[in-house]
Amino acid sequence: MKTRILRTAAGIALAAVLALPAGVQAHRQWMLPSATVLSGNDVWVSVDAAVSNDLFYFEHTAANVDNVKAWAPDGTEVKIENAFKSRYRSTFDVHLTQKGTYRIANVSDGVSGSYTLNGKEERLPRGTTPENLASKIPAGATDIQTAESNNRNEIFVTSGEPTTTIFKPTGKGIELVPVSHPNDLVSGEAATFQFLLDGKPAANLGVTIIPGGIRYRDQLNQIDAKTDKDGKITVTWPEPGMYWLNASIGGGREGGGAGGPGGPGGPGGAAAGTPGAPPAAAPRPAGPPQRRASYITTLEVLAL
Amino acid sequence: MQLSHRMILTGAPAVALAAGLAGPAAAQTMDVTVEIPRLGVAEYHRPYVAIWLEKPGTPAVRSLSVWYDFDKKNNEGTKWLRDVRQWWRVSGRTLQFPVDGVTGATRAPGANKVSYTAGKGVLGNLSGGDYVLVVEAAREVGGRELVRLPFSWPPKPGQIVRAAGKSELGAISIAFRK
Repeated sequence: MKTRILRTAAGIALAAVLALPAGVQAHRQWMLPSATVLSGNDVWVSVDAAVSNDLFYFEHTAANVDNVKAWAPDGTEVKIENAFKSRYRSTFDVHLTQKGTYRIANVSDGVSGSYTLNGKEERLPRGTTPENLASKIPAGATDIQTAESNNRNEIFVTSGEPTTTIFKPTGKGIELVPVSHPNDLVSGEAATFQFLLDGKPAANLGVTIIPGGIRYRDQLNQIDAKTDKDGKITVTWPEPGMYWLNASIGGGREGGGAGGPGGPGGPGGAAAGTPGAPPAAAPRPAGPPQRRASYITTLEVLAL
Repeated sequence: MQLSHRMILTGAPAVALAAGLAGPAAAQTMDVTVEIPRLGVAEYHRPYVAIWLEKPGTPAVRSLSVWYDFDKKNNEGTKWLRDVRQWWRVSGRTLQFPVDGVTGATRAPGANKVSYTAGKGVLGNLSGGDYVLVVEAAREVGGRELVRLPFSWPPKPGQIVRAAGKSELGAISIAFRK
């Protein structure tokens, strides 16, 4: 009996892993660039990447940055340099050799789900993607249920004048379209962003924005916004600083519809499991897998 | 894809200025005096200072002077230009450095005078109306301050506009002459 519970618990934990990018089970993921508005002739940014409760303190676990990519204003992919993973954070550099706005992104697409084989329900293994899905389902499997998850954690940095070439949407998951440029934000001013879901305006999407520096204050000072019919939100920045922005569907993460803070996206750790899932000792998750998408970015708001 | 108002404005300052500031050339000179305060700090570096002209209600922004560490190898001094943050946003980020007639070396503490003449050099022609001369200073390992001096064009000869900073800038004046 004991063995069975353990195995099932592991299965649930795995399900939670599948739902989230880079094997992160909870807490807040973030990338924090050394600067977002840059001048000069030999421009670099160093980026910290971590998963933590408080923003932006590396106090929980380093983010896996093997999958991070960067694109120059002309659309070419540029190298991630000096990547290093320490206990609580990863760090890497990007050399900005062109003028304009760069995108640095960790994008992961996964498939979660289950099938029945020989009368037993099995979960799709970790690392299942739309591309390798077929190979992960054994012959004879029935009752196959799958759902895609698209997770994007990205930041923007600009050398010289901001440009918009790298904002061309991929049409997958949640993406940000700059009505206001994310590297042209100033305290006291209003900024508007549009969100797309699979390339179309994401209406009624919950967006959570939290200013950094949580450790040294009592309140989160969280800004909760809902996108309008065009997928847009407008935020007036209360103060300068780095802000964490998250929007998601299907996973109960901060900013998401169902769940919200306290769900698996909030504090709770790996044991929180999938939304709607029974406690870890229960034999089987309930309901079909949910389509999920999550978007995270870090925005720098400068002082006037 | 639509950009912010501010970006569109600052994206094409030269074009905007041509429209905003065009007019008959008047032999009017502005003597601008910028006092850089002497500070008793352990590590002192001369501030980066930008002086520019805005025409309220229009996108016209013209950089007149930028004092920075222009003579470092590989143009390294440009790395900190963005710390003159308001200027960087409205004008600096669109420029290629050095800028002829605009960029120059940092200045020592004391009263620093610089003159601009309408119809000549960086000031160009000014159409009639209200303007603001903006002076912003940012000091390495120090603070940053911005001072605005509004005036109307054409000015009366002998007219003086004064303002003063509190920390990184001292007294600032514009004296107008023929």
